[in-house]
Amino acid sequence: MILEKIANLIEEHTGCDAASIKEDTTFESLGIDSLDTVEMVMQLEEELGIEIELEEKMSTVGELAKFIEAKMG
Amino acid sequence: MLKGKTALVTGASRGIGRAIALKFAEEGADIAVLYAGNAEKAREVAAKAAEYGVKAQAFQCDVSDFAAAAQTVDAVKNAFGTIDILVNNAGITKDGLVMSMKEEAFDSVIATNLKGAFNMIRHCTPVFVRRRSGRIINISSVAGLLGNPGQANYAASKAGLVGLTKSVARELASRGITCNAIAPGFIQTDMTENITQDNPLMSRIPLGRVGQPEEVAALAAFLASDAAGYITGEVIRVDGGLAM
Repeated sequence: MILEKIANLIEEHTGCDAASIKEDTTFESLGIDSLDTVEMVMQLEEELGIEIELEEKMSTVGELAKFIEAKMG
Repeated sequence: MLKGKTALVTGASRGIGRAIALKFAEEGADIAVLYAGNAEKAREVAAKAAEYGVKAQAFQCDVSDFAAAAQTVDAVKNAFGTIDILVNNAGITKDGLVMSMKEEAFDSVIATNLKGAFNMIRHCTPVFVRRRSGRIINISSVAGLLGNPGQANYAASKAGLVGLTKSVARELASRGITCNAIAPGFIQTDMTENITQDNPLMSRIPLGRVGQPEEVAALAAFLASDAAGYITGEVIRVDGGLAM
């Protein structure tokens, strides 16, 4: 569910098809830099009403989804 | 030059901050006047700014307090709709020789002058990044470029602002955000009232006089405008030639 949300955000940001985004898709391959990632995380914070402190660099969409799911408990 | 923009100026109740707030208002910007302690003076500045036909409001904020800075940025966003320009001007001095400087004198000057700027940048940049535009102007000092006896704390905080400026400029350039610093020399304000015309420092100023807050404000207004869109990571002295 989080993966889907992230995929939709990426679609908004880059225009690429959300359905083509898998867990092992790297942000780099989508042309998304670290600033974009932080920006998306801020948007997710608002949508989900939680606080997400990114402590490490996320390289794939799946890693970010797992990280956020863990935060949500 | 700044019509339709919203600017947040810290330390705006007097001195250079006041001059910047009023200049921005004259150029058409709505103004959030941030102040630490002097509510009356801040409200006066807001009232005077409003005479230019812009929206102006005073906000109390201890910029050294991370949470308070966040709350104030939110309050400004709610009151004005957005923020386009951030001017980190709030600054204090607690002069003393380094050999006898109290720990508190060092910490508090760094907390307001340097961390305060970080706090405001930290909370304003999410707005700027989303809008893909923004202007950040940090008021440094020639003391940060040259050093100054008796001002180890102040000079360190102002030199810190230079590193902060350049890092933020590099980090956010791809999002259309510029970040520059102004390094004033001796400007006639409450902070420099002890420096008089017969001070030996005066003879080191090529232009032979102290500067006026309005002379710093003029540059701030330019840096905040669309005309300065290709300038970022720069430190510009307004010091009568003192530090060249």
